Amino acid sequence: MSNVDLDCKGLNCPMPIVKISRAMKELQPGVTLTVMASDPSFKADVEAWVRKMNQKLTSFSDVDGIQTAVIEKVS
Amino acid sequence: MSDNITLSQSELIALVNQLVDQKVNARLADVEASLQAIQGTVGTLSENCPEDRATLVVFSGEMDTLFAAFTIAVGAASMGMEVSMFFTFWGLTALRKDKTFSGKTVGEKMVAMMLPNGPHAVPTSRMNMAGMGPLFFKYLMTQRNIESLPNMIALAQELGIKMVACEMSMGVMGVTRAELLDDIDYGGVATYLGDAAKSKITLFV
Repeated sequence: MSNVDLDCKGLNCPMPIVKISRAMKELQPGVTLTVMASDPSFKADVEAWVRKMNQKLTSFSDVDGIQTAVIEKVS
Repeated sequence: MSDNITLSQSELIALVNQLVDQKVNARLADVEASLQAIQGTVGTLSENCPEDRATLVVFSGEMDTLFAAFTIAVGAASMGMEVSMFFTFWGLTALRKDKTFSGKTVGEKMVAMMLPNGPHAVPTSRMNMAGMGPLFFKYLMTQRNIESLPNMIALAQELGIKMVACEMSMGVMGVTRAELLDDIDYGGVATYLGDAAKSKITLFV
């Protein structure tokens, strides 16, 4: 499965979801987007974004504040 | 048996076809009428049904309040929503690119003099401290790598957020179209209400 990386480290709300939204528009269904971010609200925001946009959050991890979310483009 | 009519096979077929057509057409007329009624109802329903839309009235004109308004608007656009922002009274400052005095009445010139030059020069709603507050907040925001207000406004335009300036308050404040950003819309309360009535979210900032 192909993947695209998106670095949102150092960006603050609302920029990570702005960037995710833009990046996801370019992807074909089935492709994943791996987003790295340091915004403290990133987990709540990415979860809300995925729910609202009917996409799939396949994994989420947080290592010392550097969070990594993998979003699969469903449609 | 005098009323017996003898028909050839082709005549019989023609007669049957004619009768079937009559019956079918009568039934279809009923179905078509009810289909039209349903289409009308569906049309009315979808007209009154909220769309995936957010509408904001931007009344205040301070750095912090405008920042909150643009953050929500940009966020909503990024979550796939159609977004409209209506700028009225102090909020018009967010759309100001320029300030002119020529051709204005004395009252309009005085208002123009007292209003900020644009979103880069707005006060904060608290801790303004005669203009020191905004400088301090701008410094803090740069330190924390937070987008500036002018950048957020540019981003909102880039994302296709509909921005509408209220003509009535432009009249009161003596603001002309030439002083505001290009590519914005102009309207009145009905323009706002038309969009707000179809919105899931509507806010007054």
